[in-house]
Amino acid sequence: MTLSLMQEGGPSTAAVAEGAVSWVWLTVALPLAGFLVNGWLALKRPQAKTAVSVIGAGVLIAAFMVAAAIFVQLRGSPPEAPMIVQLWRWIPSGGLDIRFALQVDQLSTVMLLVVTGVGSLIHVFSIGYMRADPGYARYFSYLNLFIVFMLVLVLGSSLPVLFVGWEGVGLCSYLLIGFWYEDKANADAGKKAFLMNRIGDFGVLIAMFLIWWSLRTLDFATIAERAPERLVAGGGLVTAITLFLFLGCTGKSAQIPLYTWLPDAMAGPTPVSALIHAATMVTAGVYLVARTSTLFALAPFSSAVVAGIGAFTALFAASIGLRQYDIKRVLAYSTVSQLGYMFLAVGTGAYVAGVFHLVTHAFFKALLFLGAGSVIHAMHGAYHATHSHEDPQDMRNMGGLRRALPWTFTLMLIATLAIAGIPPLAGFFSKDEILAAAFGRGSVEPVWFLFWGMGLLAALMTAYYMMRLMTMTFLGESRLAPAEREHLHEAPWSMTGPLVILGLLTIVGGLINLPAFAGGHHGLDAWLEPVMETAARVMPLHMPHGQTEWLLIGGAVVIAATGLLLGWRLTSARPILPAREAPGDTGLSLVLFRKYYIDEIYNAVIVKPLVTISRFVLWKGVDQGLIDGAGAHGSAGLARGLGWLGSRLQSGQLGFYIVVFLIGAVWLLRAVAR
Amino acid sequence: MLLGPALLLSAVLFTIGVAGVLLRRNAIVLFMCVELMLNAVNLSFVAFAQVLGLGGQVIVFFVMTVAAAEAAVGLAIILAVFRHTRSVDLKNINLLQG
Repeated sequence: MTLSLMQEGGPSTAAVAEGAVSWVWLTVALPLAGFLVNGWLALKRPQAKTAVSVIGAGVLIAAFMVAAAIFVQLRGSPPEAPMIVQLWRWIPSGGLDIRFALQVDQLSTVMLLVVTGVGSLIHVFSIGYMRADPGYARYFSYLNLFIVFMLVLVLGSSLPVLFVGWEGVGLCSYLLIGFWYEDKANADAGKKAFLMNRIGDFGVLIAMFLIWWSLRTLDFATIAERAPERLVAGGGLVTAITLFLFLGCTGKSAQIPLYTWLPDAMAGPTPVSALIHAATMVTAGVYLVARTSTLFALAPFSSAVVAGIGAFTALFAASIGLRQYDIKRVLAYSTVSQLGYMFLAVGTGAYVAGVFHLVTHAFFKALLFLGAGSVIHAMHGAYHATHSHEDPQDMRNMGGLRRALPWTFTLMLIATLAIAGIPPLAGFFSKDEILAAAFGRGSVEPVWFLFWGMGLLAALMTAYYMMRLMTMTFLGESRLAPAEREHLHEAPWSMTGPLVILGLLTIVGGLINLPAFAGGHHGLDAWLEPVMETAARVMPLHMPHGQTEWLLIGGAVVIAATGLLLGWRLTSARPILPAREAPGDTGLSLVLFRKYYIDEIYNAVIVKPLVTISRFVLWKGVDQGLIDGAGAHGSAGLARGLGWLGSRLQSGQLGFYIVVFLIGAVWLLRAVAR
Repeated sequence: MLLGPALLLSAVLFTIGVAGVLLRRNAIVLFMCVELMLNAVNLSFVAFAQVLGLGGQVIVFFVMTVAAAEAAVGLAIILAVFRHTRSVDLKNINLLQG
């Protein structure tokens, strides 16, 4: 391996961008313009809500059109190599020459469509949901800014450009979690998310240094080209690089051990939870692993860690979801759990399955969150009209909402069946593919059988907690007071419309990668094949076929159905009391409700000692003692003392001066005479 | 030659000047003592010039020029001080005391 100081030339196989692809910068520029205009309006004309709505949602829909045009072009003539759109030289520094360039290939196009498509729907939903909020313009400017950074993240052609987006979405996430910052809990949740992401970002930075050091490039295309030649497969270096990258992913995508920020992030407005904390930003980690799949394929140990953490997170978060009462919290833990599935997939080497689940999850989880938003909207309206101060998000206060919210009920039911894995909905195909891939890998490395088992158990829990959510929210008798019940009403069409579209996508989403047994031809597999081929060559998949495949599918469906049935029967078996009258949980339920006390443990083990050390050692000791005391006051005191000594000579007595002068003169004379 | 007595006289005059500067408080007297010291040095220069050549005499002219300038500046300062404090006693001139 030769290490020259200069960056070696770019990828030898980059294609020239033409047609719609050369306009890809518009997808970033449009939301950026939206952010600037909406930001200006937020400062100057916060009441211009119509203008804000038109601009905020309009730029997204326009960006989606551009994305669709790009997709059509790529569909017509699939490029063998990624198309790079150079924007400007960003960091020309000696051997390092980073260009701000956007990369269009099959993978980034999928992400582009998901981000702009789901983003558009959620922007439209927000128009109705946030209508009455005084920070309406500020909200839309943040949301537009988020889309800008998210697109930079998925389109960036090199790690530093991706990192700009990576940090930017973290910033927007912070701003939007703490959107209602007057409430300290919300501001704290924002800080928590920001700080936990910082830990992960540190990992990404170290990984970047290591990649530059070993491969002399930061471009994705060149990394994929050089890594198999220059890095020892399974060697320490590639393992370190991938583990540091994965540390970043655990932060951004809320995996163990850095997942605790995501449930707290529900403090933000519900459409934000749908867009940022379910459909797009949190999947950035999965995208990063898929993007650098060559590196992960070269590091079997890291891949096993990714799969193991993913499977364990899926199970762990699902079990917490079993006993939550806040409707958004259930969905938050569900998101953590489903992200675990995606990491199980990419750790197994089933990168396409991971991206597939990412897409279907974006559909059904956005639908679930927006549905929850619709429910909260209705509950809030009912409580608001009757001046009640109950919690509009606590499922124990709901019940029987199917009568008041028939559309929301139907659509959320579809999403529930999809996430549980009932065929032929979207979630079934993607989840089945992940579990099949994990099972197949088990024949090579038995530990994957364990991961597969964890995934299966998590699927049972998923079906259970989702059906529990549906039962508590929509079925049974209403637990609202009769006066409050009258004020329940379905949301306006600007809110239900996006739900309907997402519902349709949830039903047909599986078609994009329909497997052979269902009469399909693995469309997404074929589509992403040029991006993933290097990784697939290094780490081949072992998908089960024939009878085994049918057994796996049958087992998964039976488990999903069992979970749904249990969730429905067990929840409706006993009457549910409203939150105010409900007795506290006990035993295992309490442990689950308190989330295994992980937050408390983190507080006691990490936060408290850190605060104590900071306060008494760093603040009182180092800062006030050493720097202020010895440093600032000490040097000032020294100067003052020396000055005082010197001023003793200035007696004002001329005679004294002359004596000193004479002594000096004599002394000089002596020195000269010698 | 008169070198020995001349240097002796010069030393005596110089010592009187130093003693005067050290002991007297009156600025005018102090000033005169400084002049005395200068002229004591002049005397020794002239005396040495008798033995070592004319260079010493040249120096004397320089010293006299400097002394004249110093007398002008010094007297002006003393006058200014007197106008300010109504006294030429050095005890009263201690504004720069540390």
